[in-house]
Amino acid sequence: MAKLKGRGVAAVNYPTGMNLGGDPSQALIHATTTGSFVVTLSSVDLGQGLKTVIAQIAAETLGIPYDTVMVDTADTDTGPHCMGTFASRGTHRIGNAVIMAAREAREVLLNVAATELEVDAADLVTDGKGRIHVNGAPDKGIGVLDVALAAHFKHGQTISGRGIFLKPKSTPVPETGEMNPDSCQAHACTIAEVEVDDETGVVRVLKLTNAYEVGRAMNPALAHQQIVGGAWMGISHALYETTEPYYPDRSHGAVDFSEYLMPGPADLAEMDSVIIERPASNGPYGAKGIGEMTANSPIPAIANAIFDACGVRVETLPITPEKVLRGIDALHAGNQV
Amino acid sequence: METIDTSFFTTERAGDFNVVGTSVERADARGHVTGRTQFYEDMNFPNMLHLKMVRSTRHHALIKKLDVAPAMKVPGVVRVLTWKDVPNNWYTILKLIGVGPDDEPVLAEDRVRFMGEQICAVLAETPQAAAEGAKRVKVAYEDLPAVFDVEEAMTSKPFTHHGTNYYVYEGHNCRRIRFGDVEAGFRQADHIIEHRYSSAPIEHAPTETTGCVVKPEGNGRYTMYSNTQALYFTLDNTALILGVQFNKLRMVGGTVGGGFGGKVDVIVEPIATLGSMLTNRPVKYAYSREEEMQVSSPRAAERIYIKDGIMKDGRIMARKITLYVDAGAYCRHSTYGTTKAAAHMPGPYTIPNVHVDAYCVYTNRTPSSAMRGFGVTIGDFALESQMDQIARFLGMDPIELRLKNAYRDGDMKAHRKEVEGAALVEVLQAAAKQSGQKLKPEFLAMSSLKQERINGKA
Repeated sequence: MAKLKGRGVAAVNYPTGMNLGGDPSQALIHATTTGSFVVTLSSVDLGQGLKTVIAQIAAETLGIPYDTVMVDTADTDTGPHCMGTFASRGTHRIGNAVIMAAREAREVLLNVAATELEVDAADLVTDGKGRIHVNGAPDKGIGVLDVALAAHFKHGQTISGRGIFLKPKSTPVPETGEMNPDSCQAHACTIAEVEVDDETGVVRVLKLTNAYEVGRAMNPALAHQQIVGGAWMGISHALYETTEPYYPDRSHGAVDFSEYLMPGPADLAEMDSVIIERPASNGPYGAKGIGEMTANSPIPAIANAIFDACGVRVETLPITPEKVLRGIDALHAGNQV
Repeated sequence: METIDTSFFTTERAGDFNVVGTSVERADARGHVTGRTQFYEDMNFPNMLHLKMVRSTRHHALIKKLDVAPAMKVPGVVRVLTWKDVPNNWYTILKLIGVGPDDEPVLAEDRVRFMGEQICAVLAETPQAAAEGAKRVKVAYEDLPAVFDVEEAMTSKPFTHHGTNYYVYEGHNCRRIRFGDVEAGFRQADHIIEHRYSSAPIEHAPTETTGCVVKPEGNGRYTMYSNTQALYFTLDNTALILGVQFNKLRMVGGTVGGGFGGKVDVIVEPIATLGSMLTNRPVKYAYSREEEMQVSSPRAAERIYIKDGIMKDGRIMARKITLYVDAGAYCRHSTYGTTKAAAHMPGPYTIPNVHVDAYCVYTNRTPSSAMRGFGVTIGDFALESQMDQIARFLGMDPIELRLKNAYRDGDMKAHRKEVEGAALVEVLQAAAKQSGQKLKPEFLAMSSLKQERINGKA
């Protein structure tokens, strides 16, 4: 009886967005009297941090401080259309719509500032800290707050912008499957190290070494959250989860978390991950969607590591101790023949 | 915290940013950890009714008799909704982007097609009364043969409303990819490697179960507080099902306790809104954990056959994939997921001959639908297990085998989209570096970029 160690590799790509019928999202932006900016959406934050990243994108494009941006979502009476949060589309689609809206609003912002400063708007830059000034002459400037006040009360101007991103409809060619379904591809590689107990069939994931290519890590802490959460889901899919343990038989379906197995804190692996960035030409600041992909490479990497450890190839998920033990038994039986 | 390895794509990734690329604090973090974030269930209104669904206890059966009278005798039960109350009972979620046919009833009519299917909705003053009422509804069934295996379903007697146990893609019984000549590729190959991979349904397991509260506003409008992942999909489908003007409905949401694709179906909102319209009272419909696990759509089980023709040096000349997605009893988003699965094949590799048949198959189980990695996660398990089997068969290093076949800029994918922005080579190199594995110089020198770009000529 032994604990057998193994190492397995897997590499994947993942599409950002997936379109059959046209895939749009919209954003509206306006300035308050005192120079805060409201981004109005009907998009949903699932906990991945969409509202945070959208505020970062708006602040970056407008050239104003992050903490002066408010994201107002999600109410269909006020927010313009969004297709929804799925298909790793949120940051890409909504981010692009926000950039478009923010550019339009920024143009008005700079025009009003130019009028106030009596300079050419083309000569103005934003410092990202709440001031607008003539390029190369930081003293010749005005605060965003004062520009907003002037726009409202002196010039009768709305500092606002409209944005939409649309991935046009792509209809697959029935005979060949020719299609243009997505906007870009993110990438991942996982090297899994596991330990298989050949007496119990229990697999323990010791370590996941990952490399993720994400276009641009808009917020590295949130990318980290996706990577770690996704890897845990990958471990869970690989070794534990199903609602139908005897599929295609329908019996023994779990109805609560005491029956539906998932890894607990003690079952989680050491993680060592690195991010690389190849900005997407069509992504907001180059960002690709990574939300879904992070669960995918750990699963086959773990399956391959199990084979490396004990010679058992399990081709059916989840890779339960029962399947591993039956595989080990079959190997032993084969050796005896 | 992950590090960003800036040694890859240095020119392309250059940029000067104020706040993009920095780890500002998550906007909702403090609200979540202090319990102050408002979720849909924090909406409690006076006179709110609770909805409990009566569900099929059979996999496939005729409903011979439905008797709701005993439920109405339970103190607190206000009304029971059946399919006769639903203005447009047949629908399909992707209708708004031109996908048909309407294949699913909001509430079952003369038959049920999976265990757990919605039959009638009991509205009551308390959750307890609703549950008691639901328990007392009498349904008389006549069982019909049920099919659970995707390949059996392809040839067994159709049980669906639209007449086939598979989705019809423009006259074909599957979504096809045809690229090169896969049989010629097999003839050229030194070896054929063929395996079958499969999975079972998987639950999203969100912290917060699916649900909504619908409130009549007294002006002919209804507000739906919901944890849907897609507000407009839900609003538009609800309006179509109920036959009301779109602007009579308003959706408020945007805060979700875990989605993972499990909250893109439109199930709870139409029936709760109908209940609210017919009683003129707020209605709450929230899934129990059991409903979330066994009735809400899981990740589809898949069965994937891969046949590869390979050369001794590791190049893959031909890949044939036959893939079955178990959609369960109704389509929901499975037609889209199956197309996505087909487009993903043959993985991030450049293979000159590819043949994919991806079947979206109906069986008498809980309808599957979107889940994180929709159409791709199980495919990646199959593809990357297969790559490992090839590497072991040839005695090659698994990273080097992948590098040999990796797609790069300018290559043509099997669905005839030219590759751009590729980075498979680089994630393999980066992972090898991170794990301390030394690659041979020719593999270290590889790049996803076109050769002329590496030389700085374009």
